[in-house]
Amino acid sequence: MRWKSSAAMGTCNMADDQNSTERQTMNVVIVGHVDHGKSTLVGRLLADTNTLGDGKLEKVQETCRRSGKQFEYAFLLDALEEEQGQGITIDAARVFFRTDLRDYIIIDAPGHIEFLKNMVTGAARAEAAVLLIDAKEGVQENSRRHGYLLSMLGIKQIVVAVNKIDLVDYDEHAFRAIVEEYQEFLSGIGVEPLRFIPVSAREGDNIAAPGERLHWYEGPTILQALDGLKKAATDAELPLRMPVQDVYKFNEAGDDRRIVAGRIESGTLKQGDEVLFLPSGKRSHVASLEVFSAPTPERLTPGECASITLTEQLFVSRGELLCHPQAKPHVSTRLKVNLFWLGKAPMEPGKRYKLKLATSAVEVTIDSIDRVLDASELGSSSDKAQIERHDVAELTLRTRKPVAFDLSAELESTGRFVIVDGYDIAGGGIVREALRDNLETRRLERQLRDMEWVRGDVTPAMREELTGHEAAMIMFSGSSEAGKHDVARALEAALVKAGNHAYLLDGKNVVLGIDADIAFDDIDELVRRFGEVANILLDAGLLVISTTNVIGLADHRQIATQIAPAPMFLVHVGAKSDELADRADVCIDGKVAPKEGVATILAAFTNSAG
Amino acid sequence: MNHLDDLESQSVYILREAYKHFKEVCMLWSIGKDSTVMLWLTRKAFLGHVPFPLVHIDTSYKVPAMIEYRDRLAREWKLKMVVGQNRDALAAGMGPEKGRLTCCSALKTEGLKHTLDGTWPRRAMNRDGVYEDVLDGEPYTGVIVGARADEEGSRAKERYFSPRDHNNDWDVADQPPEMWNQFKTDFAPNTHVRIHPLLDWTETNIWEYIDREQIPIIDLYFDKGTGKRYRSIGCETCTGMIESKARSPQEIIVELGKTTVPERAGRAQDQEDTYAMEKLRRDGYM
Repeated sequence: MRWKSSAAMGTCNMADDQNSTERQTMNVVIVGHVDHGKSTLVGRLLADTNTLGDGKLEKVQETCRRSGKQFEYAFLLDALEEEQGQGITIDAARVFFRTDLRDYIIIDAPGHIEFLKNMVTGAARAEAAVLLIDAKEGVQENSRRHGYLLSMLGIKQIVVAVNKIDLVDYDEHAFRAIVEEYQEFLSGIGVEPLRFIPVSAREGDNIAAPGERLHWYEGPTILQALDGLKKAATDAELPLRMPVQDVYKFNEAGDDRRIVAGRIESGTLKQGDEVLFLPSGKRSHVASLEVFSAPTPERLTPGECASITLTEQLFVSRGELLCHPQAKPHVSTRLKVNLFWLGKAPMEPGKRYKLKLATSAVEVTIDSIDRVLDASELGSSSDKAQIERHDVAELTLRTRKPVAFDLSAELESTGRFVIVDGYDIAGGGIVREALRDNLETRRLERQLRDMEWVRGDVTPAMREELTGHEAAMIMFSGSSEAGKHDVARALEAALVKAGNHAYLLDGKNVVLGIDADIAFDDIDELVRRFGEVANILLDAGLLVISTTNVIGLADHRQIATQIAPAPMFLVHVGAKSDELADRADVCIDGKVAPKEGVATILAAFTNSAG
Repeated sequence: MNHLDDLESQSVYILREAYKHFKEVCMLWSIGKDSTVMLWLTRKAFLGHVPFPLVHIDTSYKVPAMIEYRDRLAREWKLKMVVGQNRDALAAGMGPEKGRLTCCSALKTEGLKHTLDGTWPRRAMNRDGVYEDVLDGEPYTGVIVGARADEEGSRAKERYFSPRDHNNDWDVADQPPEMWNQFKTDFAPNTHVRIHPLLDWTETNIWEYIDREQIPIIDLYFDKGTGKRYRSIGCETCTGMIESKARSPQEIIVELGKTTVPERAGRAQDQEDTYAMEKLRRDGYM
């Protein structure tokens, strides 16, 4: 058999590899429309590089014979019973093989539209892609959809294989026609493929060995094209980004180090570096790089998991982005994004989702849908009011709390996110633009104030131990007639009676004293002063209950920004149709007895505090 | 970073995600090479500490040296060791002679299920290194498992974070998407998530890493002069040794470079049926 010569071609040799610790691994995903031959291509690659275990090929052939099916190379991959029954790939399988150059993980992604989320899962792990197009069927819906998703997933090296060339009698014109059509589509979405290769996976032409009947084609085989892929340059020269994953203290085990853990996504980090945490704006210096059973590194580079200690005992937590102060990410609550949707239920305005970007997780809603595209066509835009499954959209998102992020075009790994609907990841996207929100001033003021804040020896943790609860703000909204003041008073009484440290901060009291020197219509300053008073009470460890009617229905986000990272819990009293009701954590009818309202609030509050 | 550094980093990241997101999290430790590497990676992730319990399902048919090794390491590394067992099935005489898949189902799958959900007593090692029965344990909602994608077909389809329903069932056709290191960490009540930090490792990678890190692996994997060794370990009754003179990780790596025999060829239960492993795994087998 012809493929036996593959080793001589400098492609495959499993046995003698002495420097395996220096070998590289390349993740390649195989995508394309259903039935265009992805699994067959991968099966063929395995068979032709002699990667299969002894007897595997024969075993699958035997199974086919017994069940009266014609053997296909795809069966080597589609190991799951159901897949063999239906002859389709349901999930992305991973297979391993190696050439003289390096190790490969080949991800065989399903082409069926039903399993698009599996295709995305497979492709998101890849550094390069082979996209198959059936020479006879030509460019199909998922050829385009997959091409578009690859570009959104940030995969820059794409090899297009025009498969089943045997079915069009190895005709060069048929090949050229597909190249032209697909090239035009790809350039429309800004993708430049590495090359197009005519192949027959079934016959083994241009897979591991050149196709004898493709004499008009002079380029590489699939295997040679794979070996020609380049590893992405590391992002060491880019700005430092380390999303904080967790903070550890293993006191019980007699270890008093306070470890900030995370992975370096870009840039480098070393001992002594001044570091800034965003969105909180806290600063410190790296005291040490910690390791277990390894020499302490001089510096950490992209891809490395880090364990660091800081010179100051800062309270930082998961979701912050650690950077150098001279190269900061964006911080905002408004993001312009491109998004693809995989959820069974459509993505709708008004509904709350969770946005996960690097290690941060915040509540998010749609601010505006700018454009919805059908990913398979991409020419047509529509003014849909919601984003359906498998749609691609351009939209503006608004997060409940500020997030630190980058633009995907500048820093990929901190410029992309997923959306969680209920319990499941339902979409993913990339950040195209950071939009200014009106909270920037408050955020900067808070950062300056926190940097200089003088602290005593009593830590928040010590206060929590004393009070039995975290400091938090419970903010009421609703029109002045709604009866929220009665509920707020009842809530304060109930909390204190149960042994909590709660205080009803009435806006009027702040106006009477602290605001005595300013005009009643200086809303900005009234809100700012109110927020600062609340912040001091929260620093003292209290549960602060408030109704802000007396200074107008000021945007609660302003105050939430001032008091962060203390949480704000929103209670709306009155009609549920209100815009404020949409944003509230709990909604109660103003007509119910205060006692009943208090019970509802406490149940929801306890739940949110986890 | 070389390929072992990449693999280590991804596993450490996953372990830290698991610890962060699941209050009741445990790691399955089969005493074999893969889960022992995973245990070592845990110590890397948490700077020498192992902050969650390690669960071992003892079928009572394990090679005796495995139990001895397990308890020695547990004391040395201060592990929170938890052992589960299907005592009723054993009392009723369950063993491989009743059928290998029947036996695996009862002693491993059932034993695991009830140890994880806390409905059966767990034996936990106390501070003095002695086992005591613990009743009414909380169900584990995050279970860290050392499955590798290259072991056999159905494992290649796993996610890093893979949900299981209240029956421990795996819905292969409807798995959540997973991208950019964003995992499934939100889950409905009465379900749990299996976490697979070793998914991307191959058998060779495991031995390369054992060699590089000098991990004290159980010596059943090495030839001690008989010309035989275990390539995969499990129950003494159903696991065969292979002809091999490999005495060290390096010698095993060289040998793996030359073989085309699958790793689990010595595991009798896999050979019962073409889809045996998928069937076992759908029902909760590791």
